[in-house]
Amino acid sequence: MSQARSSKWGWLFLALGFFFLYAPMLSLIIYSFNENRLVTVWSGFSTKWYGELFQDEQMLNAAWVSFRIAFYTACASVVLGTMAAMVMTRMRKFPGKTLFGGMITAPLVMPEVITGLSLLLLFVSLSAWTGLDFARGMLTIWIAHVTLCMAFVTVVISSRLAELDRSLEEAAMDLGANRIKVFFVITLPIIAPALMSGWLLAFTLSLDDLVLASFVSGPSSTTLPMQVFSSARMGVSPKINALATILIVTVSTIGVIGWYFMQRADRRRQQEMQLAAKQ
Amino acid sequence: MGFLGRSGRRGAAIMSARWRRFIPGSRWGLILIPFLWLLLFFAIPFLIALKISFAKAAIAMPPYTDILYWVDGFPVLKLRGENYLYLLGDSLYIKAYLSSLKIAVIATTFCLLIGYPMAYAISQMNPSTRNIALLLVILPSWTSFLIRIYAWVGILKPNGLINNFLMDIGLIDAPLKLLHTPIAVYIGIVYAYLPFMVLPLYTNLVKHDHRLLEAASDLGAKPWQAFLKVTLPLSKAGIIAGCMLVAIPVVGEFVIPEMLGGPDTLMIGRVLWQEFFNNRDWPVASAVAMVMLALLIVPIMIFHRAQSKEMEGRLS
Repeated sequence: MSQARSSKWGWLFLALGFFFLYAPMLSLIIYSFNENRLVTVWSGFSTKWYGELFQDEQMLNAAWVSFRIAFYTACASVVLGTMAAMVMTRMRKFPGKTLFGGMITAPLVMPEVITGLSLLLLFVSLSAWTGLDFARGMLTIWIAHVTLCMAFVTVVISSRLAELDRSLEEAAMDLGANRIKVFFVITLPIIAPALMSGWLLAFTLSLDDLVLASFVSGPSSTTLPMQVFSSARMGVSPKINALATILIVTVSTIGVIGWYFMQRADRRRQQEMQLAAKQ
Repeated sequence: MGFLGRSGRRGAAIMSARWRRFIPGSRWGLILIPFLWLLLFFAIPFLIALKISFAKAAIAMPPYTDILYWVDGFPVLKLRGENYLYLLGDSLYIKAYLSSLKIAVIATTFCLLIGYPMAYAISQMNPSTRNIALLLVILPSWTSFLIRIYAWVGILKPNGLINNFLMDIGLIDAPLKLLHTPIAVYIGIVYAYLPFMVLPLYTNLVKHDHRLLEAASDLGAKPWQAFLKVTLPLSKAGIIAGCMLVAIPVVGEFVIPEMLGGPDTLMIGRVLWQEFFNNRDWPVASAVAMVMLALLIVPIMIFHRAQSKEMEGRLS
């Protein structure tokens, strides 16, 4: 009786919570098909804002810059994040471990205005000291994004590594495989789903960042969020609604597909474990 | 088993362990690459910002004076405290720090009040529905932060969805001022950061042992008593992690007060942005950042402790 009642309250709370989370995004999508320039006054169905969006050279250029940065950021973050996760979960003690751990967790919460400003000052100082030109542009944005994203990737991969059954690795080691071979043959395939979700997380984080990019970008490297921000500052525009719809639909699709594959891999692994246990 | 036998194998393992020590191979390479990256691009930049916060703005490139210069072959270090005195002297900055802290505390409380019941409800579901609910919580945080804040501009503005709706049903005659108010800022923060509260709470709550609640109920506790005495204390780590994950970044938030707040919405992240981009005073911006960092260092350490327990906790 009380169980049923409490779960009814639970459903109610969840429904309200999800309404709060999703209603604003739904409103963006619906009004992107509004013919009226005044975004929130409905006057008829139209896809003309999508047409205008795809003619907007600046927006398209910014999107291309952002996609390239996000792709390279995701790749580098997964490599560095996997290494950092191995260090965090597998190495008991080494000098500097406290500092290492601090530098992994602090970027997760550090306000981006602080990191952005400090990184910019680093690039400017490096240029002054070395005489080399650390021109602000895609490279500096990439560095800033990798530094932020690798922390998130490390958390995702560490939690996978921590619940991994060590006996498989030990068995391979006993059979004479060295650490590097064990990592590539045993560990990597098991944590592959975590690598995939880490990659996607880094990609979306990089695609989304406004503050870091604003500090460290140069004149020729305007990213998509910077472009969106400068037009959104002028007020709402139906073109941004169209862009938002495309982004929301793309990300949700990728998210659902990624989630489905993770689920399937998880289920299959559980079945294999049960099978192994029976034998 | 193997022809070497047990002791032979162990001997071989010890031998290879000894050899490994002389090879500067996998172990140190593994540590050094991410370590050096973070040192160079995360830790050292703060030291440089600290240094520049003691310099003076100048019309040059880079736009600040050197704090270290040479006089007759001797290095002279000149630290100027002016920027910090300036921050103390102008009440704008102190007000901005205090109001950022206030906004962070209030918004985090709302996130906790909304997020806890959601996380609890999800943790009580059966595993397959639970995964879908979890996906629905995470999905918004994957779609653009900027765009989700922008959505609220369309909802709250004078001819936006809420005002149109209220006027259509005849509840109000003239549009309410919702956008560019403190309420809009709170809505935006709670909306954007809610997933970051729900996730750590859920991770904690889902690990609780149901038998504890059954035991409490067997011993005569009412459900709410069992919740207060068992579930709530056990979820302390999740509450700390969630609150820190929300409150710390909110203190330095720029996008939300800029888009949803009014000109009088004082938040220190916005002040820093204006010092840097509008006034081009890099040393004062650095000083603002350093004071913010000093305020946040204790919460960051609390978060770090909770997080590293989580990361290494299940290590045998």
